[in-house]
Parts: sequence; C-alpha cells; structure tokens
Amino acid sequence: MKYYDLVIVGGGPAGLAAAVSARDCGIEDILILERDNELGGILNQCIHNGFGLHTFKEELTGPEYAARFIDQVTECGIDCKLHTMVMDISVDTETGSSRKKVTAMNRTDGMFEISAAAVILAMGCRERSRGALNIPGFRPAGIFSAGTAQRLVNMEGYMPGREVVILGSGDIGLIMARRMTLEGAKVKVVAELMPYSGGLKRNIVQCLDDFGIPLKLSHTVIDIEGKHQVSAVTIAEVGADRKPIPGTEERYTCDTLLLSCGLIPENELSKGAGVALSPVTFGPVVNDSLETSIEGVFACGNVLHVHDLVDYVSQEAAAAGKHAADYIRHGNKKHAKTIEIHSTDGVRYTVPKYIRPTEMSDTLTVRFRVGDVYKNCSIAVYFDDTCVSRRKRPVMAPGEMEQIILEKKKLGEYPDIGSITIRIEEEGGNLL
Amino acid sequence: MSTRELTCIGCPLGCTVTVTLENGSVITVTGNTCPRGDAYARKEVTNPTRIVTSTVPVTGGIHPMVNVKTASDIPKDKIFACMDALKGVRAAAPVHIGDVILSNAADTGVDIIAAGNVPAK
Repeated sequence: MKYYDLVIVGGGPAGLAAAVSARDCGIEDILILERDNELGGILNQCIHNGFGLHTFKEELTGPEYAARFIDQVTECGIDCKLHTMVMDISVDTETGSSRKKVTAMNRTDGMFEISAAAVILAMGCRERSRGALNIPGFRPAGIFSAGTAQRLVNMEGYMPGREVVILGSGDIGLIMARRMTLEGAKVKVVAELMPYSGGLKRNIVQCLDDFGIPLKLSHTVIDIEGKHQVSAVTIAEVGADRKPIPGTEERYTCDTLLLSCGLIPENELSKGAGVALSPVTFGPVVNDSLETSIEGVFACGNVLHVHDLVDYVSQEAAAAGKHAADYIRHGNKKHAKTIEIHSTDGVRYTVPKYIRPTEMSDTLTVRFRVGDVYKNCSIAVYFDDTCVSRRKRPVMAPGEMEQIILEKKKLGEYPDIGSITIRIEEEGGNLL
Repeated sequence: MSTRELTCIGCPLGCTVTVTLENGSVITVTGNTCPRGDAYARKEVTNPTRIVTSTVPVTGGIHPMVNVKTASDIPKDKIFACMDALKGVRAAAPVHIGDVILSNAADTGVDIIAAGNVPAK
C-alpha cells in the first residue's frame, strides 16, 4: 500500500484548484487520480470563451483556463496518475485509524491501494440521459447528450450530424447550437420543457439569436422517428402540468437530436463510501469546511452541486483544499457545536448545509439556487427568528447560482442560535 | 427611421431593449432598466463584435484537434468568413497557447491564435 496525506479524486477544475490550494497550505504529499489521459476535465472540450472573468479578469476558453491551473500543479510537483479509475473509497481498517483506503486501477499498475489521511471528492457531474428523460419513440443512432456531441466535435473532430434538433436549453445545449451551426449544420429548433431557459441569458443571445435559431419554451419531444438513423423528431407544447397539448405537434426532419436536460453530480464512489447525499442536489451533504458525513472526506465542484461558472468551482475547491490541509494537520473538531441552515420559500438548498460557528472561517460563502424566476425579491437570512440581513435582487433564476456571505463575528453575537434560515421574500419582507 | 429589438445580456434580467435608428445613427434607446442596457444596445446596433472560437486539426500531436480563437473581437458579420478561412488550416504539434494559427483572418486584421496546448506525440 502507498501512503499519501491527501488523495484527490478527479483532475478537472475542482481537483486542480483543490490540489494547488492544499499545497499552498503546506501539504506536500498530494496525489491526483484522473480517469482521462490528461488533466483539465470537462474544460478540455469547452472551447468557447467566457471562462475566468472573475478569477483572471479576462475571458478565456476552457483549455486556456485549465492550463493556468495545470501549470500550477506541474510547477508544485504534485503527483498525478492519469488513465486511472478509482474503484472504491473506504475507511482503512488495517491501520485502525481514521485514514481512508482508496482502491484504483490503471494499465501500468493494475489494481492498487492507497492509504490517505484525507480525500477530496472532485468527480464532477454527468448529463441526464435519454433513459432518464423517458422520451417515447424509436432508438436509432443520432441521439446524443449535448456534452457527448461537444466532445466529438471539439476534441475528436467528428460532426454527429447535419440537421439538428436540441431538447433542453441548458448552457451546453445552447453552446452546441452555435458550435454545430458554425461547423455547417442546420440547427432547426431548441425545445425547452420549462417556461424559462435553464441557460445564461448571454448564451441565448449569442448562441441562438445571433444565428436565428428559434427557442420554443414550454415544448418537449414527443416522438423520435428513424430505423437506423434519426429521420424526424416531433415536438409539442406542454401545459402547466408539463404534459403535451394535443394539436400542437410540430414535426422536424433531422438526423440528430441533442439532449441538454440537466446535470447530476457523479456520486457512485461517494455512495459506496457511505457519504450522506442530499436528495435535492444529489451531492454530498457538507459542513462549513466542505467535509462530508465521513470525517476527512471533503467535496467540491460539480460533484457537490452543479455550478454555473467555473470561477465558483475554483473558489470552492480552493476552500476544500485549505480545509483538508487543516484536517490533516489538526484533525477533526468533532465536538464543535453544529447548526443547520434551513432553505425554504424559493431557496432549493444551500452548500454548506451545516455550520460550526466556532470553527468556521471569518467569512463563509453559502451558495444556493432558487426554484423559479423571481423578480424584485430579496434574499433574507434569519438567525432563529431574527432577520439579520435582507439583500434585494432585481432578478433571480434557476439557471444562475446565488450566494450569501455569513460572518463568524456576526454569528458570535448569537451564542444560543439554534438554526439559520435562508429564504426569498417579496419586497417589504412579505413571504412569497 | 427604423427600430430594432434586442435582449440585453448585461445581467440575468434580460431587458428587451428597443433602439430607434435614423440613417444608421441611434435616436432613442428604450426598455432598458440601467445604463448598461443603453451602452450594450448602442454598440450592438452600430458595431456588434464577437470573439470566435473553433478547433483545427493538429498533425503529430497527442490530440487530433486544438482549440483556436480570434485574438480579439471581430465584427459580428465576419463570423462565417472567419470560419471559412479556417477550412483546411492545420497546426503542427507542438502547439502552445498563443501561437498564431492564421494571421489576419478574413481580412479582419485579427489573428487566430491557439487557445490550447497540444504536445508532440
């Protein structure tokens, strides 16, 4: 068995930023395990620009953003094993301590075990598949998730098709509408089940409007035709119950259907390890140090909750790296008082879910998403029944992450606090 | 006199902004809720620009394709001319971020540069 202070599962934006941060905090013995043959994760196929506005104050492409962090990891001399699949994470029973045993395999080393003082989960997320969407119709070739098409076009140099219908207006679907159009395909329509888009406004304008691609809100696919290859797709309008309305069907001949219908944190390993998962985010439930229900196992990036901007992934991962370093040095503050953050009235969840007022950093960023489009509302924070802050937001949408900052000093003024509540309120403090 | 409707991309609010033009100059901007909307609409109707990103094949590299982009924003109506100019362009590994892949793409005066690293095989 090999021994490391810190093992990071995943070498995408989260894993890279976590590694650099832990190294900056003095942890030298770090190993990144990455399934692909290079570092960078999903950024390698995201060739569009707009990454890094917050972190680097410039608009980079995905590979450029990744390269900034890969360079740092390389300069620090952090160990990486590429082409390596982690099979299992468990408590290392042999040493009888709280160390973790990471089982992985690759072609060079075969199956091997690593004992780690701490583990950071940074496996990212997966796209919701056709099977999970229950779309009726035949099962011909030509149905891809938007991310698969993105990899084919941008990294492997293949065009999946020439006439395209896209279901779902997530950002990857919008980006691929533009990308396929630039490469000579005809994107006929983007259908979105919800009455609002799940993507950023900027992408709707620059990826659809710029090219005259129609976006049909409250529409879904009700039939796929084609024996070997997709030959046509039928979409229909849906009512408030999200069921198709008879008589609204429109048939589009096409050879390709792309699905951009949401992302789900990739937590098979976490489940296997016994990490408690949130039924809302499908990611681990974490405290203010981004530590999961298992001591010494931390999570960050899209494996924790799906982010809108990579800059926030890097920030969160840097925090996870710092907290893992603290844990490796000082162990777990098991007996610190822990309070829960309740999310209600439009706030779907918060990351973190639990806070230790005595252990938290001086300021803590709490991130969340809202469940609907809210205009002229406020984000209100309550310590028990006392409203301690109310921040006005002209507009909030499910496609964009929101955040509030909690201050340790402020929490210290409420030593008997039982819980924190975050909710959306209409103007004047009325409940929705 | 003519009018154009735009969706502002300054923030998630996405205001529908109406611009009135006469002989190519902006007369009024309405529908915006903040000054950013006004500035965005004026630029968008008089001189819309975009960064164009794409990929080109790489010979002798560890990957078959490399990410490229225009070194700065180009006029929006030159997007497809830029894509056409990239047809048949190949890069030879090793490719480094910032390498010029195609100079003065489609007579825009802007170079297309590598936006990814591809080491030689």
